[in-house]
Amino acid sequence: MRVPLLDAQSDSFEELAMPLFDQLYNFAGWLTQNREEAEDLVQETYAKALRGFSSFQLGTNFRAWMYRILRNTFLTSRTGLRATMTVPLDSEEDGADFAVEGATPETLLIDRSSQELVQRAIQELPVHFREILLLCDVEEMSYQEIAETLSIPIGTVMSRLSRARKGLRGRLQEQLQTG
Amino acid sequence: MVCESWKGKLDLYLDGEMKSDEMRAFDAHVRSCPSCAADVLVGVQMKRAVQMAGKRFAPSAEFRKRMQQQVRAKPRRSSSGFAWMTATAMVAIVAVVVLTVSYIGRERVRTQQVYSEVADLHVATLASSSPVDVVSSDRHTVKPWFQGKIPFTFDLPELQNSEFSLLGGRMTYLEQTAGAHLIYELRKHRISVFIFPDGALQGRFGGDSSVTKELSFSVETWSRGGLRYFAIGDAGGADIDRLAKMFKAVNP
Repeated sequence: MRVPLLDAQSDSFEELAMPLFDQLYNFAGWLTQNREEAEDLVQETYAKALRGFSSFQLGTNFRAWMYRILRNTFLTSRTGLRATMTVPLDSEEDGADFAVEGATPETLLIDRSSQELVQRAIQELPVHFREILLLCDVEEMSYQEIAETLSIPIGTVMSRLSRARKGLRGRLQEQLQTG
Repeated sequence: MVCESWKGKLDLYLDGEMKSDEMRAFDAHVRSCPSCAADVLVGVQMKRAVQMAGKRFAPSAEFRKRMQQQVRAKPRRSSSGFAWMTATAMVAIVAVVVLTVSYIGRERVRTQQVYSEVADLHVATLASSSPVDVVSSDRHTVKPWFQGKIPFTFDLPELQNSEFSLLGGRMTYLEQTAGAHLIYELRKHRISVFIFPDGALQGRFGGDSSVTKELSFSVETWSRGGLRYFAIGDAGGADIDRLAKMFKAVNP
């Protein structure tokens, strides 16, 4: 009876994992900034997930589980280590506040052609701001899901997300002023 | 509630993480507070901008195909691949069994045909008024008689001190192949020994057989030195076997 059970699990892995393929690739692209590395990252993520699928508990959040594998794989990669090394670990608490008063970037945001500017601003964010912003606004994850994915408490999700948004706004304003 | 405390909850509001009653209260406040309304507008626009700009990287068709194969191949190879192999193996086994059974059956039919022919030859010869062409109890007379008549040679056993006596020999044919037919006598029982080239029977007889009953005759067959021997008669199996052993002894 063991083999059919494993087969059923394997089949459901494909059913569960493949619909996430595009999102995971997009997320990998944002993390690695490189097509080849993104492919490697996604491939490794799926390989790891497939190997560990038997330990995945059905009923828990599969999407969060997949993103967590991808993110952890990235963080231990050379690119990932480089990306996190450049960010102070206590940046959660560091000021890095950007002035939100004055010129608001809404005019810029309405313009679709400014998408590249937004992308560049996201790109310039430290990894842990970038990823939380993407998980929340692009993947539309709940705070709970984000907490699971990043293995952090919900309180930290809220504070980090708030800082990430301030950071993005500040960068957009900078671009507006300089560009 | 003052604006500052609402502003601290702006993200919760934008991300839909507020409880419904709190959400309603926030909505009510935003409608009456231009400052908070402006923040909400900026927040919503930012969120939408990130949402649009965030969908930036798309996998290539080639990579998608590769991943689909990778994800599909691993589990399915073990399950349906195994099933496929099992099914193939089953079909192969069934085919082998069917072929073997039919081959064995066909071979058995052909073997039976040879036994019948040998029995016919034996009976027909005995019914003949002149069953043997060379009438001699002397093996040194009978053996040379076959010289030039059949394409092989053989040795006849020494019958001294045995109950068997040689009546003579004649040429015979089995499946268009010339062979030797020797007739022995044992207590008024006639026993025929047929010798043919093995190739003539196309390996239809795998090896040596013990005495079997064919059409109520006792028959034994064996192969030595490329020749196929048959001993057949209405004598007992033990007698047929004894004669066979004597032939085997002189024709190793």
